[in-house]
Parts: sequence; C-alpha cells; structure tokens
Amino acid sequence: MTSIGTGYDLSASTYSPDGRIFQIEYANKAVENSGTAIGLRVKDGIILAVEKLVHSKLLVPGANRRIQTIDRHIGVATAGLLADGRHIANRARSDAASFRDLRDSPASLKWLADQIGMYMQAYTLYSSVRPFGASAIVGAVDKDGPSLYVVEPSGVYYGYHGAAIGKGRQLAKTELEKLKLSELTTREAAIEAARIIYLVHDDTKEKEFELELSWVSPETEGRHVPVPADLLEEAERKAKEALETFE
Amino acid sequence: MFRNTYDSDNTVFSPQGRLHQVEYALEAVKQGSAAIGLRSKTHSVLLALKRSTGDLASYQQKMFRIDDHVGIAIAGLTSDARVLSNFMRQQALSSRMVFNRPVPVNRLVSAIADSASPLPPSPLWDIADIRCGGGAEAQVNTQEYGRRPYGVGFLVIGQDHTGPHLYEFSPSGTSFEYYAISIGARNQSAKTYLEKHYESFADCSLEDLIRHGLHALRETLQQDKELTPANTSIGIIGPAGKAEKDVATEGSFRIREGDDVKVYIASMVPKAVPEPAAAPPPAAGDEDVQMAE
Amino acid sequence: MDHFPTNWGRPRNDAFDHYNTYPIPVRPQNNAFADSVQRTQQPIVTGTSVLGLKYKDGIMIASDTLASYGSLARFKDIKRLHQVGDFTAIGASGDMSDFQALQRDLESLIISEEVTEQDGHKLGPKEIHEYLSNVLYGKRCKMDPLWNSVIVGGFKDGERFLAYVDLLGTTYTSSTIATGYGAYIAQPLLRKAVEGKEDVLTEAEARKILEDCLRVLFYRDARSLDKYQIATVNASGPSISDSIKLETSWGFAEGIRGYGAQTQ
Repeated sequence: MTSIGTGYDLSASTYSPDGRIFQIEYANKAVENSGTAIGLRVKDGIILAVEKLVHSKLLVPGANRRIQTIDRHIGVATAGLLADGRHIANRARSDAASFRDLRDSPASLKWLADQIGMYMQAYTLYSSVRPFGASAIVGAVDKDGPSLYVVEPSGVYYGYHGAAIGKGRQLAKTELEKLKLSELTTREAAIEAARIIYLVHDDTKEKEFELELSWVSPETEGRHVPVPADLLEEAERKAKEALETFE
Repeated sequence: MFRNTYDSDNTVFSPQGRLHQVEYALEAVKQGSAAIGLRSKTHSVLLALKRSTGDLASYQQKMFRIDDHVGIAIAGLTSDARVLSNFMRQQALSSRMVFNRPVPVNRLVSAIADSASPLPPSPLWDIADIRCGGGAEAQVNTQEYGRRPYGVGFLVIGQDHTGPHLYEFSPSGTSFEYYAISIGARNQSAKTYLEKHYESFADCSLEDLIRHGLHALRETLQQDKELTPANTSIGIIGPAGKAEKDVATEGSFRIREGDDVKVYIASMVPKAVPEPAAAPPPAAGDEDVQMAE
Repeated sequence: MDHFPTNWGRPRNDAFDHYNTYPIPVRPQNNAFADSVQRTQQPIVTGTSVLGLKYKDGIMIASDTLASYGSLARFKDIKRLHQVGDFTAIGASGDMSDFQALQRDLESLIISEEVTEQDGHKLGPKEIHEYLSNVLYGKRCKMDPLWNSVIVGGFKDGERFLAYVDLLGTTYTSSTIATGYGAYIAQPLLRKAVEGKEDVLTEAEARKILEDCLRVLFYRDARSLDKYQIATVNASGPSISDSIKLETSWGFAEGIRGYGAQTQ
C-alpha cells in the first residue's frame, strides 16, 4: 500500500489516485485480525462455526456468543469488531422482522443478504461515517433450500458452498475445498467445521479459544440454533484427535 | 499535534484496521478510580474506590442503582455514566410496565452496548407510547463523525431467574459476562489477584466474596493510601449477609458505604509486606502482585 | 358588496372573513367536520363466547369456530384460539380481524424475543397478559379500540395462569372465565362445576365441563356453532385441538311451540 500516509486514505469518501478506497481496505484489515469464522452449506442444511478468542480466563464460558440468530431460520457469524458485528445483526433482525410484518412469511436469505449489503455499502459512501469493521457469514434454510452468503465491509456479497473469514481464512478455505460439501449431511459437516476451526487456530500466537457451533438442520425443524451439547462434544473430541494425526 | 495520522477521528481506520479514538476512550476509563466485580453462586458484588478532590469535598459517587435487581459501578467520565444509567433505568422501568417483568440483565447491558432493545418493536402500535426513544448505543458513537465514544466503563451486576450475573460494558460497544473483573486505574493489579482466586469464588459466602473484593481493590491503591469507610463503596445483590439487617428477602441491590462497610474492612487480612508470613488462605499471594502499567 | 362572482348567490360567512379577503383557492371551509375522522364504531366479523377454566394440571380454553357477519354465519371454520410462545394460549371473542392483527403482533413479539438473545428468558402467560392489557388499554385511550375480549391462559414455572382482558383494558383473573354471551349463560355453570375443585379436576372432567357449557351455548346463543376447539396448557406446554363436532340432540324441540314444522 504505497499510498499510506499520502492523505488519500483518511476517508471512505476519498479515492486514491489509482482508484482505491483505502478506508474499506483498512476495514477489511479489522476483519482479518479477528478470530476465524466459517460457514458450510451442505446437502440438508448449513453450519456456522467460530473460533472465539478468549481474552481473559475470568470470562464465563459459553456466554458472550459470537454467532447470532437473525430470524428463526437465519443465523449469522461475524468476524471483525465485535460491536460492529452486533450492529449488523440487529439491523438484519429488524429487516427480517419487517419482511415478516409486511408479507406474513419468512424472508429468503438472498433478500436479507441484499439488505445487509445495501446497508453496509451506505457506510462506504460518506466521510461522516466509517465502513463496518466486520464481515458477516449469513446462513439459512429457506424456501429454496440451504443457502450461505458472506457480506463484506464494502457491501459486496457472494453466495458460497463453504466460506471462511478472519485470521485463519486461507487455511480454512483450503480445507473447505477438500470437502465434498454438497454430499455432506449437517451432522458430518458439524464435525468437519469443528476440525477446521481447531486446525486454523494458531496456539503459538493466540491464547485460549472457544469453539462456537450452530446449525440449521433437519433435526432443528428449520430453526437456527446452537448444535446440541452431545454433538458439540463429539465434534470437539474428534477435532482434537484429528489435530494430533495432522501434525 | 497528533500521535499519528489516523487517531484524530472516530470515523477513520488505521492501516492496521484499528480505531485509535476508541482505544483512547478505553484509556479514559483508566483515568477513573478502580471498580471491581465478583460473583458467587448466590451473590454478585461490586466494590469501588471513591476519590475526593480535597479535605473539604465529598467523595464521588461510583455506584448507581438501576432497578431492584440491577446495579452498576463506573470508572471514567461520571457525566457519561449518568446519561447511560438513566437510559438503563428507563429500559428497566419499561420492561416492568409493558411485561410486568424485571428486565433480563444481559439485555439491559446489550441495550447500551449495541442497539438490541430489550423491548422489541410492535409493528402495529406503540404500546401506549411508552417505548423509549433509544439512542444510547455505544457502538454508534464509534462509527459516526461528530460523536465521540463514551468515556466510561461499567460493571453491571444483577440477578434474574438464571441466577446472579456480572457484566462489563466498555466504550467500544462491547459487553462480556465475567466471573470477576476489574476496571479503572491500576486495575491490572486487581485483575492479577482475581485471576489467582476466581475459581474459589463460586462457593464463597457473601462475607468471603467481599473480602476477596477488598483485597483486590487494595491492590489498586497508591503507595500511601488505604481503604477506609469513607473511600470504599460496596454494592451487593443476593440474600442478606451476616452484617445486614434491612434487606428484602429477594436480595435487592443495595449500596453499602460509610459505617456499613467498617465490618468488611475490618475483616481484611493485612498485607504481609515485609515477608510472606503464614497468612490464612485469602491473603496468600497478596504480596506478589505485579504492576502492569 | 361581494366582488367575487363565485360567492354571489351563496350565503356569506359572517363568522369570519367579512370582506372576502381570502382568494378562492385558500378560502377557509369553516367546516367543523373537515378534519374529523371516525374510528371503529362496532365489530364487523365477530366470534362469540370463549370459555376458560383451571384444572388440576393446568388450564383449558374453549371456543367454537364460527365467525359471524352480523347474524349471518359467515365463516364456519375460523380458529379463535392461538398459541403464543412456549407457555401460553389465548382465545378471543369480538372482531376477528382485530384478533388476527393481535396474533400477528404477538407472533413478531415472540420471534424477536426468541431470536435476539437466546438467553432463556421467555415470555410466559403473565407477561403476555400484561403486554396485551397495555396494547388494548393503549388503543382504547386513543379512542380506537381493538374490539375483543381475550382470555389468556398458560402454565409456567409450575404455576397456572388464567386471566381476562378486553377492549377497554379491563383485566381480572379467576379460575373460570367466560366472555360474550357465555358470561351470562356459561359462567354460572362453570363456577358451579369448577370453584373449589381447581386442584382435583382431571383433564377429562375439565373437558367434559367445557363441552357441556358449549352445548348449552349452542342451544341458546344464535351466534354459536356446534364445532369447537379446546386449547390445553399444562407442564408439557400448549396444545390446541382440531375442530370437534359437538354432540347435540334436538328431540326436545319437537314439543316447543313455534319450532320446526308445526301443524296447528
């Protein structure tokens, strides 16, 4: 980034001479510094998994969740500034709720991803605000089946079979590409997701982390909920085993 | 004039993706005197060190009651705290009015951190116009030009049907639930004490919990100062302790100050300054506190 | 002299504008009703009585499935009982469109509550009742009531709850509640059958009591129907039955003068 410090990187409403908007790129940096989040879209549902870095051992385990629910059938995992992630989720919730109020039916994920994208894009237009320092993986099973999108600080969004954001995204993507995602069941995918999170966690650099795992699967009647305790335990156990054989 | 190019505005990311203005706001919290929170299975307590500007001045207020089941301790800009605590009180009252229910503590904390309202919007009608206007969300103050992040940190204790709780709220717009935590000036010393002992807190009696809190608070004192009834505030939620008389059975939030805290200060185990004497458990390790700042 | 030709031949308004100073397009109408609105004066499509009682393990609410348009039996398979969250059921008489709007509002309330925190703080029947009474009383104070009488019943934390709220915001709780015509016909029967026996009545007995009351109502209330639903809320949560046909016998009617084909 040669233009750092030249004054073209102080506002989201300023282009650099070569046509870049540095504030958006810096916002992406905030995402890249955060704990990894991944999403898997599989045969019969979706899985969201987060590497929640624990900054103090005084924190209550299991509280302070980073995966949130938007509507009954929609979940979101964010990476980046925590408070920005919650802002995005709150906005998405009220979008989904107003869709329901207006049409008496649940919103499709594509529509919601579009709404979030437009909202985040608006924060890249003005000098009076900064872009969101967070990306969001949204997943749901809606009328068109399982779907998964990632919305980035620029407001752009893409659909994915498997997505990864945050610190360990490169390695996570490589691992996701090895999977036959459209053939997995959600139960199998939960195990894989846990394995990938354990794999990308860099315990030489980072302190403790907590695995957060949620899903929309045939077992949840179309709802987005945390995976049941026994599956989480199994996934963690297998992830740790896989880690030993991997190295 | 500025320390770097990227720290004069809250709307500017640094090339590393950091928000310097938010980080400076976190420093404002450290300008305030320390506050400490701990929780057991039955109680949550807050302890705070009050400052006074001089012999003729009174001591500052470090704790506020939000509702019967919620109280806070603050560190940082008191006036920001009053705005936020007013908002919390409104939310707590609205919950009682609309649902006849004490507001769940975690939602109250979320309401000031990000805009998740404990009262969901009603699409067809305002509930008799009693919904609050909102607008206290700390996250927004980190994102929009012409604002500054709040300069105050909160420790929030409360109880609901899931038991006693302790939360920290910070100017960055985040909130976390803790077993024990400290904020404010020299809080790292207190944190070190808490990290050493927190595993025993769950089964502590109220008296033991407060003693741990005082020991932690003592670590934040300047060299020649000590804890006195005048400069110590204790906030309690949970059933009445041995030294308490006027407590409702549900164990509402109460603030103990002045003469009421004498008994607790007296219960402290003196710091073994010269050599590690054979002090009983809570005092063990008091002396090896490292200053991190 | 009025210099505006459009005013010639029209009564002059002496109350104001003696000299016709206003240009025609902005001339005040001076019509006391110009800004007035008229709000709901009566319910349109209505449901009749709802009955509720407490029994040993929880509460039950019953209503028939008719929505009338005046005296016309317009919709014969309308659901007037509704589940709210995991612990509560409500039933309403009065305007059905208002009730359906209430159902949608409660549903969005429940979803946002369920989705926002996932913290285990769920709304129980007491909270739902308080909320409804705020909504109904709030609307009434705006002189625009939701034209319903609602029974709220539920079971949470080992406790039964049965209460009433209506279009005025009136609330009360009782171990038997009946709305509409049922308040006159069924309430005495319910009281006799239930009061003092709330902790002994079995589910089957409670069901029988409600059926008997519904039958009497069907005989005497011209806006009622012999198809009904029962909502039960107990420790295992709310369940609302499918519509059930009421067993009735009209043999006695043959002896009533003016009923049926009479020869004399």
